[in-house]
Amino acid sequence: MAAEHVSLLPVLLIFLPLIGALLSFVFRRRAAGLGIATAVAVFVIAIALAFSLTRPQRYPVGGWGAPLGIDLVVDGLSLIMLLMSATVGLGVSLYAGGYFHARPQLARAFWPLWLGLWTALNGLFLAADIFNLYVTLELLGLSAVALAALGGSAAALGGAMRYLLVSLLGSLLYLLGVALLYHAFGSVDIALLGERASAQPVTLAALVLMTVGLILKTALFPFHFWLPPAHASASSPVSALLSALVVKASFYILLRLWLEIFEPLNPGRGVTELLGLLGALAVLWGSLQALRQTRLKLLIAYSTVAQLGYLFLGFPLAAAVGPAAWQAVIYLALSHALAKAALFMAAGNIVLFGGHDRIADLDRVVQRLPLSLAAFAIAGISLMGLPPSGGFIGKWLLLEAAIEAGQWWWVVIILIGGMLAAAYLFKVIGFAFTRAPVSHEANAVPPVMEWTALVLAVGTVLLGLWVSPLLAWLATGNPFGVGP
Amino acid sequence: MNHWYDWVPLMLLGSSLLPGLVIFALPERSVRLRTVLNLSGAVVKLLLVGWILRHIYFDYAVLFETRLTLIPQLDLALRIDPLAMLFVTLSSVLWLLTTIYAIGYLEGAPHRSRFFGFFSLCVTATVGVALAANLFTFLLFYELLTLSTYPLVVHRGSDKARRAGQSYLIYTIVGGVLLLLGTVWLYTLTGSLEFTPRGFVADLEQRHHPALILIFILLIAGLGVKAALVPLHGWLPQAMVAAAPVSALLHAVAVVKAGAFGIVRVVYEVFGVQFAASLGVAVPLAIVAAITIIYGSIRALYQDDLKRRLAFSTVSQVSYIVIGVALAGPVAAIGGIVHLVHQGLMKITLFFCAGNLAETLGIHKISEMSGVGRRMPWTMAAFTIGAFGMIGLPPVAGFISKWYLSLGAIEAGQDWVIGVLVISSLLNAAYFLPVLYTAWFGTPPERWPQARDFGRRETARALLFPTLVTGASALLVGILAATPFSPLAWAKLIIEREFY
Repeated sequence: MAAEHVSLLPVLLIFLPLIGALLSFVFRRRAAGLGIATAVAVFVIAIALAFSLTRPQRYPVGGWGAPLGIDLVVDGLSLIMLLMSATVGLGVSLYAGGYFHARPQLARAFWPLWLGLWTALNGLFLAADIFNLYVTLELLGLSAVALAALGGSAAALGGAMRYLLVSLLGSLLYLLGVALLYHAFGSVDIALLGERASAQPVTLAALVLMTVGLILKTALFPFHFWLPPAHASASSPVSALLSALVVKASFYILLRLWLEIFEPLNPGRGVTELLGLLGALAVLWGSLQALRQTRLKLLIAYSTVAQLGYLFLGFPLAAAVGPAAWQAVIYLALSHALAKAALFMAAGNIVLFGGHDRIADLDRVVQRLPLSLAAFAIAGISLMGLPPSGGFIGKWLLLEAAIEAGQWWWVVIILIGGMLAAAYLFKVIGFAFTRAPVSHEANAVPPVMEWTALVLAVGTVLLGLWVSPLLAWLATGNPFGVGP
Repeated sequence: MNHWYDWVPLMLLGSSLLPGLVIFALPERSVRLRTVLNLSGAVVKLLLVGWILRHIYFDYAVLFETRLTLIPQLDLALRIDPLAMLFVTLSSVLWLLTTIYAIGYLEGAPHRSRFFGFFSLCVTATVGVALAANLFTFLLFYELLTLSTYPLVVHRGSDKARRAGQSYLIYTIVGGVLLLLGTVWLYTLTGSLEFTPRGFVADLEQRHHPALILIFILLIAGLGVKAALVPLHGWLPQAMVAAAPVSALLHAVAVVKAGAFGIVRVVYEVFGVQFAASLGVAVPLAIVAAITIIYGSIRALYQDDLKRRLAFSTVSQVSYIVIGVALAGPVAAIGGIVHLVHQGLMKITLFFCAGNLAETLGIHKISEMSGVGRRMPWTMAAFTIGAFGMIGLPPVAGFISKWYLSLGAIEAGQDWVIGVLVISSLLNAAYFLPVLYTAWFGTPPERWPQARDFGRRETARALLFPTLVTGASALLVGILAATPFSPLAWAKLIIEREFY
């Protein structure tokens, strides 16, 4: 046993939010303080983990080890995902502190649910076997649905209901795949499955079931129908969480399974090309829908549909040029998380201030919220893929992969997607420059809500400058197989 | 970053970036603090520029470079070289003057903090474009320029301004996408994007040449949007709706010049002019530039709106730079590069004058200018210098550019270009001389459209002073072209040290 050499940091990443969730449930009046303290602690630990991780680590919880016990694994890919959720999580917690201050009823439900969701999320990124992935995925889905329903409006409840059904169906399909794999190869450990699995019908069936279940939860076109109503009608901190983090979790599982179990079996070009095609359609469809929206939060939600599409371009491109494409995709996912959280927060401030999110009437609102508008614009730059931003770096890497592969159709999609993003985002940003009358009674927005949005937005700019350390972290343990 | 010299390029950026960021945070009413910040930023930048110029001129070995590795092989790098300094000097000098002008022009207007904040960002992006040491960095600042000028174009907030802003965005974002595609593609072929004297792509195998031709087209099209090459010029006349200092900056320094400057970099330091010629892309570029020169002039003839006439004149004049570069000969290159400065000085003078007329008397159209020379003699004197320069009359700066361009055309064996220059000069005369005639010899109307009284002066001091300075400079750099510190001498130095 090498347990004594293994750092406890990954375990803390799961237990701290869990404890926080329990405490905030018990001590309801101090829930916000507890929640923010937990968030700060998780953030610090995630950073500490990033600086101490030099090679991938496997931590057997309770010392049992696979195949009996529960193992936690952390490599570069999980690390980046953990950092992503830590950063966005901290931002959302601070924001929620301001947001729910005036709504103590909701706050009581929000904090335990959100910290529970965070527990599941971190557990998911650290899980070493497909069954634990299922458990965390299910927990994540349930807490996400509960959070989505938190607003209590008819729209929120309807959206959450649909979300619940999709989420359950997705997990169920995934679970069927788990059962098939376990039955066929006698293990749920991802590494063991990677060694044992062979190309046979049952593997293929598992691949199809799990992939369909997971892209349903990731809202890949044409399974995106549930996302815009659920994300747009939730309360703003929740929208930020759902769009920035929750959809990335199911994508992460898909990527893990693909990299470690299915890809080595060579399931054929059909699968990767199909996923890429759906991704491309998502980019186009999501962007066009975003352009058509008259409500700000729906616009941002459709933008999520589009941005998730890019992630799936990684499948065909990685098949052609190898790990470089995954690097690009993860960078895009990371930048999108920060940018989208900032966008939803800014939108939340606008809704709070003006009392509505009708885009056509936004001008006099945005002109009185310069910080939120700045956050919106800066985060928007990253989504458009303009420099200097993380989105630009991600697109650059992805374009590079597509050109190197000689697959020009993806190049065209990536470029058109960027232009459409500019079109729908400037639809909003342009309102900063009208001659609007200032005649509006407005609700005050707590400064912390404006500043967290802005800080996260500036974070996307930093992602555009601080690239090589992040890519080095991502490469820890070589999660994408062969390569540098 | 070992030596403090490495920080010099960052200081050049910071001298406009930091005041800009602080200004954003200032409340609207702190006029004095904002003015102090603006002017001290501009003065600090000028002092830095002077110091660097001295260093480069006397000590060729000094290298000022700031470098941050983003991805292995892909650096964010700023480097000071003679060509960069030509552009940096131009933009720093004109920034100071335009800031003074804008302070006078916008007195009492709303949203001034926003305006000056983006104004400073815009200059920062321009300086970044100038200092970029590789195509990647160039692209970054080029896009930043798009983003920071958009708020200036739509600043007035009228429907017309917003439409202009929309059209500006559509053109420049599509241009940016083309440039991005060309840049990434080039990178996948060469694995490097560092600007190198005489280019870095000539070593690629023969089979990549078709790809290189396409990349050249993509890059030039992306840059051509900002440089307003026909048929990519549509945004420019529309953007005239912006305030006069913005138009002045857009036309003389920031946007169109960034495009033209990028074309210089791509032709000389990415492809290398000899290699570009051997690929067969230089002559078509010269033809596009020639078409732009003629087309812009013809369209200018038909405009009654003064600023629109000047806008089409810009379309035409900026392509002098492009044609000088595309002719693939050192003498023509001197003409093109020196025109970067000369056109800037002349055009900014003309726009300042147009702004003075609009602010003082409410004159926007040429047909309203009858006899204005008697009411505003100083302004119109400056306008006359600028117009003579555009036509190419000696001794104004524009003559020097045209002289070198013509010599260069002969040297390159492209005699037809002289024909283009002659036609263009005639057209320039045809659209500027009537304006001058009306202004000086027409009879003034009973009352001006919207006259404001400035006592004994013809207009506000902050408006007149920059106009006179740029007007005088346009004259002086022409008269003193043969002295060692003239833009012409600097252009020759660039050509000797870098390109041939």
